[in-house]
Amino acid sequence: MRGGGPQAGAVRVGTRLPPLEIEITRTLIVAGAIASRDYQDVHHDPESARRKGSPDIFMNILTTNGLVGRYVTDHFGPNAVLRKVAVRLGAPNRPGDTMVLTGTVEEADGETVTVGVVGSNGIGRHVTGTVTLTLPGWGAG
Amino acid sequence: MIRHWCEVMGDTNPAYTGPDAIAPPTMLQVWTMGGLSGHAGRTEAFDELLGLLDEAGCTSVVATDCEQEYLRPLRPGDEVTFDAVIESVSDRKRTKLGTGYFVTTRMDVPVAGEPVGIHRFRILKYAPAPGGTGARRPRPVINRDNAGFWEGVARHRLLIQRCSGCGTPRFPWLPGCGACGSPDWDTVEAGGEGTVYSYVVVHHPPFPAFDPPYAVGLIALAEGVRIVADVVGVPCDKVRIGMPVRLEFHRYDEELQLPVFRPLDGDGRSGEPIGHGEEPG
Ligand SMILES: [Zn+2]
Repeated sequence: MRGGGPQAGAVRVGTRLPPLEIEITRTLIVAGAIASRDYQDVHHDPESARRKGSPDIFMNILTTNGLVGRYVTDHFGPNAVLRKVAVRLGAPNRPGDTMVLTGTVEEADGETVTVGVVGSNGIGRHVTGTVTLTLPGWGAG
Repeated sequence: MIRHWCEVMGDTNPAYTGPDAIAPPTMLQVWTMGGLSGHAGRTEAFDELLGLLDEAGCTSVVATDCEQEYLRPLRPGDEVTFDAVIESVSDRKRTKLGTGYFVTTRMDVPVAGEPVGIHRFRILKYAPAPGGTGARRPRPVINRDNAGFWEGVARHRLLIQRCSGCGTPRFPWLPGCGACGSPDWDTVEAGGEGTVYSYVVVHHPPFPAFDPPYAVGLIALAEGVRIVADVVGVPCDKVRIGMPVRLEFHRYDEELQLPVFRPLDGDGRSGEPIGHGEEPG
């Protein structure tokens, strides 16, 4: 894993990233909200979440965004530069669930790679996203 | 903050540590958050919009979309400012959470006048759906004797057991035939026609996730069995024995669907369907 990430030739349209399982604990949800300075009560206070129509607290979008970014850079290594991350949320990540992130290379054009990412939990699709990154020095590859 | 973020995300990317550390690009929005004390000195447009939506009953908020573009990495010491523009407010939409408005904002994030990122964000500002105590209906107990019934419900089919020995239909699902004792059976799908055989109107006690008064019917199906189910689409004091009803399936939350029955109009058609809503986004 030294240097990190796959070799240039290994990135082709259709390449699948290995899945990443993330346990959605109450601690992760609260820690993610605080690390992103998001103090909305639905991300830490179950009572308030219930009053607002959710059976429990749920992960905030900033944490989801961070996990999607990490999933892609874990795969492509520290030299990969994130250019765009776009996520859409569906089924909420609530405590006790597990989210499985999967990714597929959708475009590979010189140094620029676009990866489609889906995060599924026990209820359905938590996140659907597109990540664009550049891999410096891969232009010739 | 970078260290805390990486710790939570489980992100061990070496680009985010050491003297040349950059901030994880996905933290872009984090640098714009007001925290506990909020932002001072912002124009009131956004708060005004949220206030108007609050007044319209849309007191809850959930984020649905986030699109970020990173023009250059941020480093410790960079001083971030941001300009936010409300790009659009949708018509009132029906969603699973309740009805509400999608509000899209765009933030341009510069450091010392140089653009470093663009952050587009969409929230749903909504009125929590009725039963918004968040309480959910009790879950059915699914076991090997009745699993087939619930699999049918998931596919919007009301399945009745039929004895392979003597042909007697039975409901609810049981391991053996009450008429001949045979353990062998197959299923028939209910056509959906029925009549109210009897009913009760529940006023008390109130259970979480139920909204009394409501009618619970014992419905005689055309296939010759009876089923207990909600009678919907009619005031509970208008339910009558002998009333012709038709089967439909109602989704109560993301995992629970149940067969319910709706009275037919005079001309034999059932009325407006129950709205099931659309996904946020
Ligand atoms: Zn029998």
